[in-house]
Formats: sequence, structure tokens, C-alpha cells
Amino acid sequence: MRNVLIICRKELRSYFASPIAYLLLTMFALIFGFFFWNALGYFVLMGMESQMRGQMIPMNLNEMVIRPLLSNVGVVGLFFIPMITMRLFAEEKRSGTIELLATSPIRDIEIILGKWLAAVSLYACMLLLSAVNFAFLFKYGRPDWKPLLIGYLGLLLQAGALLAIGTFISTLTKNQIIAGAATFGVCLLLWVLEWVSGYETSTWAQVLAYMSIITHFESFAKGVLDSKDAIFYVTVIFLGLFFTARSMESLRWRS
Amino acid sequence: MAGYDILEQPLEVKRHIGYLPETPPLYPEMETAEYLSFVGKLKGLSGAELRRRLDYVCDRCAIADVKNKLLGKLSKGYRQRVGLAQAIIHNPDVLILDEPTAGLDPKQINETRDLIKSLGGDHTIILSTHILPEVEQTCEQVIIINKGKLAATDSVHNLQNRARGAESVLVEVSGRNGSLDFAAVQRRLEQVAGVSRVVVKQSHQNRNSFEVESLKGFVRGDLARAVVESGWDLNELRPAAMSLEEIFLQLTGAETDAKEEKEAVAVKGAQ
Repeated sequence: MRNVLIICRKELRSYFASPIAYLLLTMFALIFGFFFWNALGYFVLMGMESQMRGQMIPMNLNEMVIRPLLSNVGVVGLFFIPMITMRLFAEEKRSGTIELLATSPIRDIEIILGKWLAAVSLYACMLLLSAVNFAFLFKYGRPDWKPLLIGYLGLLLQAGALLAIGTFISTLTKNQIIAGAATFGVCLLLWVLEWVSGYETSTWAQVLAYMSIITHFESFAKGVLDSKDAIFYVTVIFLGLFFTARSMESLRWRS
Repeated sequence: MAGYDILEQPLEVKRHIGYLPETPPLYPEMETAEYLSFVGKLKGLSGAELRRRLDYVCDRCAIADVKNKLLGKLSKGYRQRVGLAQAIIHNPDVLILDEPTAGLDPKQINETRDLIKSLGGDHTIILSTHILPEVEQTCEQVIIINKGKLAATDSVHNLQNRARGAESVLVEVSGRNGSLDFAAVQRRLEQVAGVSRVVVKQSHQNRNSFEVESLKGFVRGDLARAVVESGWDLNELRPAAMSLEEIFLQLTGAETDAKEEKEAVAVKGAQ
């Protein structure tokens, strides 16, 4: 565990010593701020309309602002995750520092967990920035905080799964761009897989739709903690990290 | 390795080795002290012990003045020394160095070699290199590997003796008034007691070298006398000691010059 934290600290230090972290955080804050502004503008408009017509439309901050926003964050995350994971192993392989880790008295799995935890932490920092926006909702309205918390948990799980896949892909190449592009492709594919269910109902379509990362987030966005979806994400995390470990092991005889 | 099985106890083995790859494994965005303490922690050091070793390696490798500089901004010589500091921070029994002087300028090469020599007292050092004079200077035991196969393993001195076989002496002779009769010289040298063979090495611009092979230990005095008494000038007389380079070529086959496949591994140190 100590070794995991040493690696994690070092990775976080690398993120924040280079412009990567600041760039990602700034871009995310800007994009999320824009989404938030849009969602809130729409909500206010609906409120005014309902007043003018004199009829009560049920207004709910959780349903009308938080839920679509969280879904948006999930999609935006798909674009940010490759940028977080692409350097994890590719950079070390290019610069040769992977040899230092490989000859240190530390297990592969500790290296992998440390790096993955650092990536998840950086993503959590991004989510923290979005929470600043939600704080205003709590100041001026009375949304339910529990669904929001579950939504965040879902986002973290979803990102954890994609980050694990990205970590794996990063071990396959020395080239960060290739790692990033491949991860982006896989993320995108896992997102759009769900579209099949729109026109097909065969077993294959159902399997494909089930594999989509996004479908499993819907329950979290609603504020429902469904063990089925949580287990899906945890399984993908486990698989991703397992493949990473296999790939690292093969580095010893491949190079 | 150091009493542990590499396959069964890889972590124990790694605890006892320090490794410096061809390019030092540095993170350019880290500062020197920060990097060394990260490596120290990786190798299992902590607290006061870590601080003590950190000061020690900074002092030993003369990198104390760049402690707070970014590694990415250091010169090649400093990087190499930080790399060495990184390899010895946990005081390993065995130190493995892969071409530690590649790409350095002559002054830095000398400094690095001196450092390696001085480290030889505390650690067993395995030095892998293609630069053979370096081996002659720093090492005690030499292992020559040709295409993955062990070609020779011995001390530098023994290797030189073994490859030479009979003693051979290089004699350079010139005639008094410009012209010289090679055959005459060759015949005269062959007459010296103990000489087994005389070969004309080269002759141009009045410089004529002969390689004299002999069985007996000391024929140099007799050779000199023979040349001078015959009325020729003796310009040079020296033992044709084989450099490690020649031994290397002889052992690995001079026709293949793919350097990557050959490697001289040299061991220096206590055990």
C-alpha cells in the first residue's frame, strides 16, 4: 500500500508540474460552466412560463438541472479521459524511466494501482470543480443532495472504468499520441454501442447495448444506486487493470 | 544474485541491486533532491535513513549544488551522476552500470570513471560497455560475450597474457645513409638467441618495423645490441602488448563488426 501511494504521489506531482492538469481543469470548468448556465437558463425560462400561464408545471431542480448535467459530464469525460491516461506508461517507456520502476523492489500491480489512482484523483479534481456550480443550487434552491451524491459516485465509477482501459492502452505503445487516440476511439465506441438498441431488439443488440459505458450511468444520474450497474463498472475496472498487469509482465520479455 | 533466487524472490534481488541504464532514468519535471527521495522511497528507505543516504549520495556523486534544479535542465554529466546517485541510494550489494560514460566529454568521462573506481570499494560493480580502454582502466575481471555466448572470462592481465602466447617485440630500424637491406636485418635479427620468427611489419619513409617473436623471456637487450653492432640505427624497441581491443576482436571474430552483438562485461569490486 505504501508503494502504491508513493507512485500515486509521484504521478499527481507530474500532472500538476506540467500544464496537463491545469489545462484539463480549466477546459472542464469552462465547458461545465457553460452547460450549467444553459441548464439553469432553461429552468428559469420554464419557471417564468409556468407563472405567466398561471398553471403549475412541476418544477424539480434534481430532475431538470442536475440529472441532465450529470449525463453531460459523463459524455465530456469521454473526451478528457484519453488525455489523462495517455502519458501514464507511454511516457515512461519512451524516456526509459520504466526501467527504474521495473528494477525497483516493488510489484507491478502496485505501480499500476498507483498510476490508476492518480488518474482517478485528477478526474475527481475535475468533478470537484463542477461541484462549485452545484453549490449555487443549494444556496438559492432546495435540491435533494442524495441523488447528486449518487450521481457523482456513478461518474467516478464510470471514469474509473474508462481510465483503467486507458491505462491498459498506454502500456501498449511508446507513443503518447497513439495511446491517446486509441483510448479515445475505444471510449467513443463504448459510448455509441448503446445506439444499436434504438432499432434492434435481437440478443446481439442487447449484448452490445449492455456493454455500453453510458447505459449503466442512467440509473446513477437518476439518483438510483443499482448494484447491477455498479458491478458492471467495477468489473470493467478490474478487467482493465488485470490486462494492464499482463501487458506490463510481457514488457519484460518483449523488449 | 546476492544469495537470492531471481525467479523465486525477485523483490529481494531487486532490493540488492542498483541499476543505471544507458540513458539515466530521470523524470525531467522533478528536482534532483525530490527525485532521489522518490527513488529512495521506492527502494524502501524512509525517515532519517532516507535523509542520511540522500546527503551521502549527493556528497559522493558531487551533485549537492544542483539539488534544487529541475532534472530536465541538467547537463549530460550531471544527469549521469544523478543516475549513479539514484543507483546507489539504497546501498546495494551489486551495482549494474550500462555504458556509464556514453556521450560524455573527456573530462566528464574521467570524473565518472574515478567515481566508479571509488565505488568499487563498497559495491560489486558490473559494468557493461563497448569502450574497452575503460575496462582496462577500471576493471579487474572481464567477461566477453559474443552474440549471447560467453567468449572469455578472466582478469585483464591474464587475458592479455593468454592472447599473446609467445612474447613479441616491435623493433624499428633505419639505415645510416637512407637505404636499408630488409633481408639483411631480418636475417641478423633471426640469429639472435631465442628468436623464433621475424616478420616485416611495414616500411615507408625510412621507417622500418619488424615484429620479433621469441620464446625466451628477455631478448630485448640482445636485439638492441645486434642492431647497433650491425651499423643500423635503432629507433624504437617496445613490447607489442596486445590491447584489450585486439583480444576482443580475436575472440569475437574480426569479420563481424556488429558491435551490438558483442559486449564486454567487466566486473570490479569486493566479491
